[in-house]
Amino acid sequence: MATTVAAPPRYAVPHTKYERGLWSWLATVDHKKIGQLYLYTALAFFLIGGLEALIIRQQLKGPNGTLVSAETYNQLFTMHGTTMIFLVIMPMGAAFFNYLIPLQIGARDVAFPRLNAFSYWVFLLGALFMNAGWLFGAAPDGGWFGYAPLTTRQFSPGLNIDFWLIGLQILGLSSLAAGFNFVTTIINLRAPGMHFMRMPIFTWMSFVTQFLLILAFPIITVAVTFLMLDRFFGTNFYTITAGADPLLWQHLFWLFGHPEVYILILPAFGLVSEVLPVFSRKPLFGYPVMVYSGILIGFLGFGVWAHHMFAVGMGPIADSVFGVTTMLIAIPTGVKIFNWLATMHGGSLRFTTPMLFAVGLIALFTIGGISGIMHSSPPADLQQTDTYFIVAHFHYVLFGGSMMGIFAGTYFFFPKITGRLMDERLGKIHFWLTFVGMNLTFFPMHFAGLNGMPRRIYQYQANQGWDLENLVSTWGAYILTLATLVFVWNFVKSRRSGAVAGRDPWGGATVEWSIPSPPPEYNYAVIPTITSRYPLWDAKSPELTADVPHTPEGEKRTDVSVGGKETHASFKGPSDTRMASEVAHPSAHELGIAMPTATIKPLLASIGLTVMFIGLILKNNANYQSLWLPIILSGVAFFVVSLYAWLLSPLEPEHH
Amino acid sequence: MTAIPHTTGHHYTTTGLDHRKIAIWAFIGSECLFFGSLISTYLIYKGRSVVGPFPHEAWTNPATGETFPPILDIPVTSASTFVLLMSSLFMVLAHASVVRGDRKYSKIWLAATALAGATFLGFQAFEFTSFVHEGLTPRTNLFGSSFFILTGFHGAHVTAGVIWLITLLFIDFKRGLRPADAINVDLCALYWHFVDVVWIAIFTLIYLIQ
Repeated sequence: MATTVAAPPRYAVPHTKYERGLWSWLATVDHKKIGQLYLYTALAFFLIGGLEALIIRQQLKGPNGTLVSAETYNQLFTMHGTTMIFLVIMPMGAAFFNYLIPLQIGARDVAFPRLNAFSYWVFLLGALFMNAGWLFGAAPDGGWFGYAPLTTRQFSPGLNIDFWLIGLQILGLSSLAAGFNFVTTIINLRAPGMHFMRMPIFTWMSFVTQFLLILAFPIITVAVTFLMLDRFFGTNFYTITAGADPLLWQHLFWLFGHPEVYILILPAFGLVSEVLPVFSRKPLFGYPVMVYSGILIGFLGFGVWAHHMFAVGMGPIADSVFGVTTMLIAIPTGVKIFNWLATMHGGSLRFTTPMLFAVGLIALFTIGGISGIMHSSPPADLQQTDTYFIVAHFHYVLFGGSMMGIFAGTYFFFPKITGRLMDERLGKIHFWLTFVGMNLTFFPMHFAGLNGMPRRIYQYQANQGWDLENLVSTWGAYILTLATLVFVWNFVKSRRSGAVAGRDPWGGATVEWSIPSPPPEYNYAVIPTITSRYPLWDAKSPELTADVPHTPEGEKRTDVSVGGKETHASFKGPSDTRMASEVAHPSAHELGIAMPTATIKPLLASIGLTVMFIGLILKNNANYQSLWLPIILSGVAFFVVSLYAWLLSPLEPEHH
Repeated sequence: MTAIPHTTGHHYTTTGLDHRKIAIWAFIGSECLFFGSLISTYLIYKGRSVVGPFPHEAWTNPATGETFPPILDIPVTSASTFVLLMSSLFMVLAHASVVRGDRKYSKIWLAATALAGATFLGFQAFEFTSFVHEGLTPRTNLFGSSFFILTGFHGAHVTAGVIWLITLLFIDFKRGLRPADAINVDLCALYWHFVDVVWIAIFTLIYLIQ
């Protein structure tokens, strides 16, 4: 083993102006800080989206609810869906991509740290833009799918849809930029020895997700661009009288929309695949098959979009083909579920909070998956479509699947991110309240739907067979509200005064648990060399990994480096009870590691981009007739100048 | 265990390739779906316009009796297509010049590529204005909407490419592009060739196939 830093090259002392306070967040290019920004932002929107859901449930608690008007109700369900998908689950995924991928592959940052900051700021500004509609009493009201021609100027003349489609366009740019970044990061920043088939499974599922992002988002970008041009410049893409196809939007939207649901679920699958082996004390069952099934889900995800459109009358051939491809997806998904069960089988199970949520995902996602197979059959779907049965289905897969996985991941990785453990007692209360509340809320919707209750109605008459179901659902929503408050309390409290976690509170297997919590800015003082899928178990409890393939050249086990000291198999368990911040870690500068310089240029570029779109939304307002074009052009100019300033300045401090 | 030395300037990458090289291929993959969606829309809407002018057939307005000839001018666009295809050759020569450290020809070929791109854009501007004079705008019919947006987005990509080339040319004049900078030209070249390939698809599907 070569020495760590024989003669550290000298780098200029990094700029100090962005080191602390608000500036340190605005100018950060550190993947760990950006990951936290995503996490906190997504949590804030989770509360907003949850509040919207609570108002919806309150309105539907009994027949003829009068809490909100029909117009407000449309805005509520549209923004609830849009928020939960684009502003909660996706950025929660992004939070974990950011925080974990570089740690899991043994890297110091992502491939393009400044582009990463740009992605976050564009996301934040897009999210605020989308929600700005509330301030004007014109929040989006066309559903999260925004079907054109309903959303064309002719049928939706207000600003509502403008906020939605421009917000979505901005968010799409953020996801695309992040997708290119993480594809490159995973291909090109894996530590030596980290072959693809040794990558932690979360990184693998994220890898598939990034491909879905970069291949699905261009399609929605085009669909939204058409709608934008129709609404602002009078083109005819969705004008039926000009001969336009009323299904064009639906095809483009669902060609994006179905891969999108795998974008929402695959990161959660990855997270529980990290949690289950650790708390079963067994390697993941069938790791290669888990990888292949994830890839297969990604591929098949592009071939099933029209199952969202059985009711439009595509004809028996298209219906059959899309019915069959949809059923096919059940195979790789089922493989995953059985592999999780097999991972737990015969293991020494520890039911910590993350484990409870992971097992919760297996149970609840399976229910949602099975109801999904029910409406993969076109005749059954014709009965179920546009009823609460569908609402029940996608809440089981999105709440029971994605959110459960995200909660599992949050409890599991919280100690790595903050250095402190979340409270287990509150965590278990949170889990049981969530589990009970979630089933109480969404299970009765199956029956309401089969009894004919349509989606997106703001009132219903009494005695149609849905009264009890709705009442129970609303009480379930109250319990979920309570659960969320417990979670927020736990999060805030544990962040301040949770038990100190040390490097590896759970007995983790992958390399991110070998470094301090929270990790120093450079993550690894020396890039580790990876010799198997479970380097830490190799070192600490080799009997667990005896059957896992290792590096061909002998029994060489991994060396991990902690805080600049080379240590062979340096696992330190929960006995390591000091906060990382209390231990003096050498700085990147002292170690001679060049880290990217903090800069606000990505933030400035994202502001320029947003100003451009603000100019566009003013176009149809009589008061801004002379102003919208200058605003767009100044946004473009600001964007281009910031972009050039960013691209022409070096990433790292100059070498001396 | 192989230690990764803290090499100066160059960071370790798994594949040995520059990050940007991988990112641009990912970007190009993404762009395929972007142009794929635009081209599919054009093809879906082909022949569905309720009113003219049409690309390949004459049209008489039943209300006014005014006759519109087929609007696409294939000889002119063939010329602009030739210019754009030639620009790809110039781009290859520019990259080769930078790789071998030829400071004179790198400037000449970069300028030639940018100029050919700008010429193509000039042709497109001419085409667009003459279409508008002949009565076809993006608002006229489905053909107008899908044609202008598809070719307009392609033109926007060419414009971005020309700006990129001019930036490289500017750097070449200011401090010279060394063989070590070849990656920067390589990235631009990959993008430029991609935009060219997209035009081949557009030219074939819109102009040549009737």
